Amino acid sequence: MSSTTPLLDVAGLTKHFPIMGGFPIRRKIGAVQAVDGLDFSVAEGESLGLVGESGCGKSTTGRLITRLLEPTGGRISYRGKDISHASRRELAPIRSEIQMIFQDPYASLNPRQTVGKIISGPMEINDVNPPGGREKRVRELLETVGLNPEHYNRFPHEFSGGQRQRIGVARALALEPKLIVADEPVSALDVSIQAQVVNLLQKLQQELGIAFVFIAHDLAVVRHFSQRVAVMYLGRIVEIADRDELYGNPRHPYTRALLSAVPEVSPDDTPTRERIRLAGDVPSPVNPPSGCRFRTRCWKATDKCASETPPLARVDGSRAGHLTACHYPEAAGDPGEEIILDPGIAAAGSGTDTVVAKD
Amino acid sequence: MFRFLARRIVGAAVILLIISALVFVLFYTAPRDPARVACGKVCTPETLALVRKNLGIADPVPVQYWHWLQAVFVGRDYPSYGHCPAPCLGYSFQNREPVFGTIVDRFPTTLSLSIGSAVVFLIFGVGTGMLAAVKQGKSMDKIASSASLVGSSLQIYILGPVAMYFLTDQLHLLQRPTYTPFTQNPAAWFTGLLLPWLVLSVIFTANYTRMSRSQLVETLSEDYVRTARAKGLPRRTVFFRFAWRGAMGPIVTIFGLDLGVLLGGAIITEKTFSLQGIGALSVKAVATNDLPTLLGVVMVAAGAIVVLNIVVDAVYALIDPRVRLA
Amino acid sequence: MSSTPFLSVRDLRVHFSTEDGMVKAVDGLSFDLAHGKTLGIVGESGSGKSVTNLAVLGLHHPDHTEVSGEILLDGQDLLTATERELERLRGNKMAMIFQDALASLSPYHSIGRQIGETYRKHTGASKRDARARAVEMLRKVGIPQPDLRVDDYPHQFSGGMRQRAMIAMALVCNPELLIADEPTTALDVTVQAQIMDLLKELQQETGTSIIFITHDLGVIADIADDVLVMYGGKCVERGTKQEVLRAPQHPYTWGLLGSMPTLEGDVDVPLSPIPGTPPSLLNPPTGCRFHPRCTFAEQVGGGRCAAEQPPLELVEGRGAACHLTGEQRARFSADRAAARAH
Repeated sequence: MSSTTPLLDVAGLTKHFPIMGGFPIRRKIGAVQAVDGLDFSVAEGESLGLVGESGCGKSTTGRLITRLLEPTGGRISYRGKDISHASRRELAPIRSEIQMIFQDPYASLNPRQTVGKIISGPMEINDVNPPGGREKRVRELLETVGLNPEHYNRFPHEFSGGQRQRIGVARALALEPKLIVADEPVSALDVSIQAQVVNLLQKLQQELGIAFVFIAHDLAVVRHFSQRVAVMYLGRIVEIADRDELYGNPRHPYTRALLSAVPEVSPDDTPTRERIRLAGDVPSPVNPPSGCRFRTRCWKATDKCASETPPLARVDGSRAGHLTACHYPEAAGDPGEEIILDPGIAAAGSGTDTVVAKD
Repeated sequence: MFRFLARRIVGAAVILLIISALVFVLFYTAPRDPARVACGKVCTPETLALVRKNLGIADPVPVQYWHWLQAVFVGRDYPSYGHCPAPCLGYSFQNREPVFGTIVDRFPTTLSLSIGSAVVFLIFGVGTGMLAAVKQGKSMDKIASSASLVGSSLQIYILGPVAMYFLTDQLHLLQRPTYTPFTQNPAAWFTGLLLPWLVLSVIFTANYTRMSRSQLVETLSEDYVRTARAKGLPRRTVFFRFAWRGAMGPIVTIFGLDLGVLLGGAIITEKTFSLQGIGALSVKAVATNDLPTLLGVVMVAAGAIVVLNIVVDAVYALIDPRVRLA
Repeated sequence: MSSTPFLSVRDLRVHFSTEDGMVKAVDGLSFDLAHGKTLGIVGESGSGKSVTNLAVLGLHHPDHTEVSGEILLDGQDLLTATERELERLRGNKMAMIFQDALASLSPYHSIGRQIGETYRKHTGASKRDARARAVEMLRKVGIPQPDLRVDDYPHQFSGGMRQRAMIAMALVCNPELLIADEPTTALDVTVQAQIMDLLKELQQETGTSIIFITHDLGVIADIADDVLVMYGGKCVERGTKQEVLRAPQHPYTWGLLGSMPTLEGDVDVPLSPIPGTPPSLLNPPTGCRFHPRCTFAEQVGGGRCAAEQPPLELVEGRGAACHLTGEQRARFSADRAAARAH
């Protein structure tokens, strides 16, 4: 990262959703700690990938950045301006620069509006009058995202899922944004269509210089799209690094487990990747584990992990900019042994695959 | 469960309090003066004041309200009637009877009407709905659907007199509606109320047919119904053990609301069939500026609706384990 | 492989009548599955992969579905079997697990009851024995404290545990055929990996034949012995996993592989998606159903792809339904592999 202010800078970003209850008077009795102290930044034109499993807070993060949600704590700066608690009016000029693409191409388009109306909507709201008129601009946008400009007057239901996602992209592009937050933009699409949309987004990023926060659970898609990747677990970033570093030299046990779990498209029965099988699911964000939140599923956890939250910092053997939140980071580069923590697999196994724990 | 009940009972009490206060306020914003009416044609200011005092409306409205509340919980001493014991709703301005006694007298009629017709429409409505759902798209389904559409567009004050004219006066199939207490003569109770039950049911059955049909059709397409079939369970078992269970929740909820509608609609029903329940009582109370009776009727009806809603929610939680009572 | 296959599907057709016309969801599908083997069926939405398997179990509504062809399970034709006979087979000799475990388990009954119900139906066991069996099955699929969790309801389980419970329910009567319809699609990767391993371990233990339906070639590579690629209600390519993944023969399979980003590939090479969108099954394209999206149709020439349906010619269970000559396929397949290796 250069010394200039990044496009987006997030420090200590926190969002807790209150849980109401109690008797006789309803009050806050707890909180879903959806996002708990995130630090990251996005440079102009850069694509940052946010990966993690369900409940890790990646979508909430996206909604905080676009200020669809107001953070409970921390700071979001856009071009050096603090927008964490900005009012609607203060946000207005920024809203046009930060756009969002949603996961569900069916639910995120108004079925009663024509495509032209949907895409020109942001221009109308922000009173933007492009040269040549809005309709001309919409037609250009349709062409940019690979749709027929003649389809201006059609309705969303006349399009397939992939085409609808293109409409969503065109809408996001209408105000010439500097930053697009894409929340699982391809996960609802078929594989062959997924690739079309990924390529489209990639083209936009390169040609228009738009920065992306790309939120997805699919590690391979994120790897393909993002220059820098942050791995989230239960509301926190556990590791963040450049693409090659993160995928080639993961230091956090969770990142390792996550990567090893991605099925390989390989015809051979002997896997080339290490095999780590965690036990159980992600714990509830209502009562997250103390200290390191991954410790309940980690094979290396000690008492220290329960009492001390590991800071997100550079660990020995990592390159600059590669930050890992772990007390016992994995050794650089070495593919580990097989680690099977799952009782079902361990029990059903022939005996060779019983619990193996590295120290 | 305990916490649920505690919370809901407190909530119910608050609601009833608000309702009673509202009735008080509304009553006194009306221009007519009950004392004036009770006083008669020749009325000197002195007699008027006396009447006021006797009716217990000489005090300012908030004080009156306070007295009324006190009477409900601890009873009240009236200068002219003497002591009125604890759940005291006062004395009628009109006939000087204790309101509580009148309501105890009248309420069974309304309750019999409502519960009886509810039983009939539940059996018929849900039954035809189930049939229609099973025979989806076939003629049985279409007949049930169109019949229910006709039924739900009818109104009691049209259907009631028509039914009475044909079924009673012309064909002599059913008795003219009368109320005999169940404890006195169950057979007479039954035959006396059969006509209103049927008439009320025609209207409600329709709704239940449509609703249970659509609910069942929806649950029949649920994944877990498919799973049950994939387990090798026969269609009928799947229908009754799985689909039916899923459809029941929403029906119970609507049923709870409809019981309220039945009680609230008692005014029209009782007028149509010339029965003397609390609906008829409330009409009269309004017409005669009889505040204690009006308040009493409103409170009893509201109380019944609130209690029924608590029961419905508890039943829903029994049906669906995902619903947590809190 | 030598004797008659355990499951044999011949010329299966599943047609739905809808208001808009006849939907040919599956149109002439044939495949075999041997004892203890896993057949992976890959395809995108609308390819007919789920419809095929509901047909095997006989779960299509007879009123608006026409199923024809032949489905032989251990020699018994399931399409001519009576409803009673099918009920005896379902959950017993053949079982199914579904994608969305939360929706597929009844919210109104405890996990233990749902597992025990299948067991009781097919073995006539007492309630008590069925419960004990449910606990045993839950332990087997790796649910911690199974004797306590057996009385829980599905909503009290996490996503991964629900899918385990589904598997326990499907396997409670030791079925010889297990159909798994995208069982891991809705799960997180780490949980998916657990479930896949579990299925493989359980298969080794019980020798169950598995049909595994998925859209993910990575999952196929992990679990399948044989692969069947479906497109628009038809099988476009069949073979062993090694054959299909190492030297795919059909342009659609090439397209699928080219569309998938991997953890190893070169990130600077853009993905090569399949152009266009999946076909409408109401008005499927003439000729080869893939031809409107196929970049190789010109290579065949003469408009043959649009005019003629390519037959699926199999040599020892291996083949693809494409008008390209064997030589052309081999060449393009090799080109593709070389391009990806870069």
